Order: sequence, then structure tokens, then C-alpha cells
Amino acid sequence: MKVETSKRWSLPSFKEIWQYRELGYFLAWRDIRVRYKQTVLGAAWAVIQPFMTTVVFSLFFGLLAKVPSEGVPYPIFAYTALVPWSYFQNTLTQISNSMVLGRDLIGKVYFPRILIPIAALLSGLLDFGISFAVLLVLMIYYGIAPTLNVVFLPILLLFAIITSLGVGLWLATLNVMYRDVAFIAPFLVQVWLFATPIAYPSSLVPARWRIWYGINPMTGVVEGFRWAMLGTGTISLPTFAVSGIISVLLLVTGLVYFKHYERTFADRI
Amino acid sequence: MTVPTIRVENLGKLYQIGERDSYRTLRDTIARSFQRSPRKSEEHIWALRDVSFDVYEGEVVGCIGGNGAGKSTLLKLLSRITEPTEGSFELRGRVSSLLDIGVGFHPELTGRENIFLSGAILGMKKREITNKFNEIVKFSELERFIDTPIKHYSTGMWVRLGFAVAAHMEPEILLVDEVLSAGDAAFQKKCLGKIDEATGEGRTVLIVSHNLKAITDLCERCLWIDHGRIIRRGSTQEVVVAYLESTQPQRTSGRIEPDMHENPNADALFQQVTIVNATDQHVTKIFFGETLRIIIQFEVVRPVSELRIAAGLERHQDGITVAMVHNNDDPTSSLHNLKPGVYSLQVETKIPLSPGGYSINLEAKPGTGITRAGRNWDVVRRAIDFNVEEFTKKGEGVPSVDGVIRPSSKWMLTGKESQ
Repeated sequence: MKVETSKRWSLPSFKEIWQYRELGYFLAWRDIRVRYKQTVLGAAWAVIQPFMTTVVFSLFFGLLAKVPSEGVPYPIFAYTALVPWSYFQNTLTQISNSMVLGRDLIGKVYFPRILIPIAALLSGLLDFGISFAVLLVLMIYYGIAPTLNVVFLPILLLFAIITSLGVGLWLATLNVMYRDVAFIAPFLVQVWLFATPIAYPSSLVPARWRIWYGINPMTGVVEGFRWAMLGTGTISLPTFAVSGIISVLLLVTGLVYFKHYERTFADRI
Repeated sequence: MTVPTIRVENLGKLYQIGERDSYRTLRDTIARSFQRSPRKSEEHIWALRDVSFDVYEGEVVGCIGGNGAGKSTLLKLLSRITEPTEGSFELRGRVSSLLDIGVGFHPELTGRENIFLSGAILGMKKREITNKFNEIVKFSELERFIDTPIKHYSTGMWVRLGFAVAAHMEPEILLVDEVLSAGDAAFQKKCLGKIDEATGEGRTVLIVSHNLKAITDLCERCLWIDHGRIIRRGSTQEVVVAYLESTQPQRTSGRIEPDMHENPNADALFQQVTIVNATDQHVTKIFFGETLRIIIQFEVVRPVSELRIAAGLERHQDGITVAMVHNNDDPTSSLHNLKPGVYSLQVETKIPLSPGGYSINLEAKPGTGITRAGRNWDVVRRAIDFNVEEFTKKGEGVPSVDGVIRPSSKWMLTGKESQ
């Protein structure tokens, strides 16, 4: 193995990531162990966050503002969207801080740095699974059966993962280079929450704007979840295509950007 | 000709001054981009430059140098933690780097969990860790605490667990930085043994350390890095001796301050004590086995019929007085009928002191008869400190010993074979 200064921009070596996959599992396993040991609530935490948000949304948007919920009870309308959103929000936040928080590891041992964000994506799946199980319970309570379109859920989840990783890699890299990015990330997530049809249906957005609305890749994911689970709305293919292209674009640029600065992380953190 | 396992060519690393401690903010960067004035040229420093060397299979090479000399930067580059600014290097084989003990340990996790985590971080496969798990636990001597979260561990236990994991890696190339200084002496010994064992299996090792003893014990060859450049290379003994000579302080004063006298009204008072080497230079370190030469200067305040002077050598480690040397041990140096004035005595003694730190305590007892203890004596404790190196003057390392002194000895075998 020969090492010298490299100046070229490129994608990370997937072969190398694959070689290090066991470390990825271990890091994910550590995240889970530690999270469940440190908090009293443990697994409950995965549910509390989307659940409390649902309660607040139901009160203010559902009851008071009378936001339409496309024929299903507002709480389940909001919660269904919050399940993928919480996964996205948590992993995005974790990834964007991961390089700075992982400085001890990064300064002491070599491994493809992208394993840390990948581990965050993996460990987040557990919380996702738990909150999804609660969604099923709520659906039974409300007497709603999922549609056959649930087969598309894995694809929708994949898009949430792609978007979270793409944006997360951008933020994680920027965070190493400019420390004030740490303050921008939570703000970005906040704004993004309201720019995504979670508290309201995307049908509120005028039809001619809707394709542009797809520029927000989480729109497709969240609307898709409702469409598959609750059978509300229709999934507009052009909107979804725009979402998909944007997600992939974010991921590819994020990977290249991260890869390019990865080798300087140890010097900067 | 065989191909080197590690080949380093013109390796260099440039750091921006302050890059490591300060960071930029987006705000500043944006604000600055609006300013018309050109950016102040930033200062740079070469942490490492023009470094080239080869290490062949099965070799153990040490790397020494002062703080900030660039040793650790070299290891960080070879470990691929940071990228070289110029030059290149080539490593042939599976590499493991050990830049710290317990890398990746999480305080909330148990010893057992941390063995797996740290092992994976150091590049071991899960199967490998599972196979060696019992061995690792045994090596760490932490069987009873293996299911306790390591936040309850003492530092020593933490180090033991960390080293136990590291010692069971089986790389072809091992890069070690300063980790040998961690842990207690006995455990250190065990770790050195383990590394020694590893090199016996043909492993190539590069060690960076302040612990010159460890370097001489383990390495045949050595590099001395200073200000980012290799300034000397060659056999370990040669390089270590050159390094020690350069780092020895030029002058040290054993001046006795007024408040150091236990009895400032004594008839004779010490003024100064110095340790000198064979060329009469003042030193604070002597090589193992080197003759200790002490010059004691004292003032006689009131005439004394007889003066007896003693120097005690006290070991720092445990406060044991290893030996006392008395001037009347040498019949030619009895001091009789001294008039007031300033005198100087030189003592030479060859005590095979074990390596370590020592102090010299001084006593001056006037008179022959039995005087009330301390009435007119001068006693000065810790008049000067000195170190005994872990090397002889020729640069031979001294194996660690448990005793206070390490005399030379002769052994004879008698008896005969039973058949």
C-alpha cells in the first residue's frame, strides 16, 4: 500500500468500506448499547419524541387550526409522517456532529471515517422499528388497515437514509471546518420540519407548485409513508422523481465532499 | 536485495500555526471574503520534513527525540490518520497502529464489551477477538471485573485492559507511540515481553518513545528526530548515547541556600555541592557504573579540632539511604585543626547504583568527643539531585533490577553430570 498526497476529488472506496464493515456494525452496536444504558427511558425514548410531537401537533394544528388531515384522524395522520421524519431528524443531527464528537477516535486510529455516519444510520433503525411498531398499534386502535402499497416502504425508508446521509455528510464536513455550523444544523432541521408535509397535507400546496415542492426530498418520503400506510393522498410520480433525483444528488456530492476533506479531519479537530 | 516492509521517502507534513488549537467559523470566513484587503499570509510550520528511511521485515526500529520533535507526527502519517503534505511512504502487510491505550473505550460499557469494541477499532475481526477473548482477559488480570462497566475501573485497570487488547493484535507491521510509558512497572515489563515475542515472529515494529530503556531493550536500530528532521540514525546504543549527551543540562548548581541548613549556627557550614564528570563538567546525570565525583565546598566559621563530613545517597523512589560516604573512610583525608575559611573537598566513589533518581544529603560534624547531637553540626538534606541513567557509558542498556544496587558478581558452577 503506497500513500502520498492526493488532490483528486473522488467517491469513497466502497471496497474499503466493505472490508471495514464489521467495525461499522460494532460502532452501531456501541451507539445502541450506550444509548440504552445511559437513559432511564431507553427504548421508550424512540417513541416519546414522535409521540409528544404528535400530541402537540394534534392540539395546535388539528384541533385549533383545523388543518385538514385527508379523512383520517389527525393524530395518526401526523404520527405516520413523524415516524420517518424522526428517523431522518435524529440520524441527520447525529451524523452532523459525529466527526467532532468522534475526535478521539479519529485522531488515534485509521478507518474509513464514513463508518461513523453509517453506524448512526444503522443504530437509528432500531428506534425506527420501535416507533413503527407503535404506529401499527395506533392503526389497530383507529381501525385503519395498511394498503398493499406497504411493499414500497423499504424504498421510502431508503430515500430517508440517502437524504439523511447526503445532508449529514455535508454538515459533518462543514462542522469540522467551521465550528458554527453546529448551531446551524438544529435550525435547519426545525425549518425543514415545517417545509415538509408533516403537520399538514401536501394537498394544501397549490397544484402548480407541487412539483417544486418535491425539491424537498423528505416530501416524497413522508407523503409516501401516508400513502402506503393510510391510503391517503396520491403519490405524484413527477414530484417523487424530483425528490429522488435531489436525494441522490445530495448523497453523491456529500460523499465526494466528505471524502475530499476526510483526510484532513484529524488535523482540524 | 529484499524489499523494505516500510519505505518512507521525503515525507513532510506542513501545519498551519494554531491550526490544531483554533478553528475557523463560517461567519469569519464569509466576513473575510467581503473584505477587499488580501488575507494576511498565514504562518506555517513543517512538523516533519525530508524524512526518508527503510525498515525491513522483522526489524524493530526506535524513534526518539524531544517533545514536539515530530515523532508523533511521523507515526500519525504512517498510521494514515493524517495525510502527508509531501513525499510518500509504502507499507507492505497488515498494519496496526497503537497510538494510545484503550482507543475507542466507552466508559458505560463493560470490560467484555470494550474488548470487542476496541479490538474492532484496532482492526481485529470479530472471530479473531472471540478466539482470543479468554487470553486477553487473562493477560489483563481483570477476570473478576470483566462484566463491570469500565467507568468503575481505576486508571491502572483501564490501561491493563487496553494493552491486553492491543497485545493480541497480529499485524505484520506494528506502529507504537509512547504507550509503553503507561501502567505500572510490572505490567510494563509484561507488555515489553509481549512485543519482544511478537518481533520474534517476524513482525516489523516502529516504536516512538520517551522511554529510552524500552527503546534500547527492544530496538536494534534507532532514529533521532529533531525539529522534524532525522538528525541521527544508526545502532540504538550509538544514537541513544548521542541523544543523552545532547539533552544533558550543561550546568547545575548545588548552591546551599541559608534556609537549607538545619543548624545555621553550626561551626562549619556547607556552601555548595556539585557532581562532575570525568572532564570536570557539572552534570545531573551519570551513566550506570560511572564513578560518582562530588565536590563539596564548606565554610569553617569557628576553628574546629576535627571535622567529619559525610554524604548520604538517598534514593527518590523510596527514600532509602543507599550509602553514606565519610571522609574518614579515607585516612589521608582526615580534617584536623581547621582555621576559619572556605574549603573544598572532592569525593570519588564507585557505587553500582541502580538506574533512577537520587539526592545527596550532607552532614558536617565537628569535634572528636561525644557532642550533643546536632548542637554544632550542619546537616543539609537534598543538597543536590542526580540521576543514574539506564545505560553504561558505552551505551549498553541495563536490565531492570529490583535491588537498590547492582554489583558485579562472579558465579562458579560445581558438581558433575550424574551419568
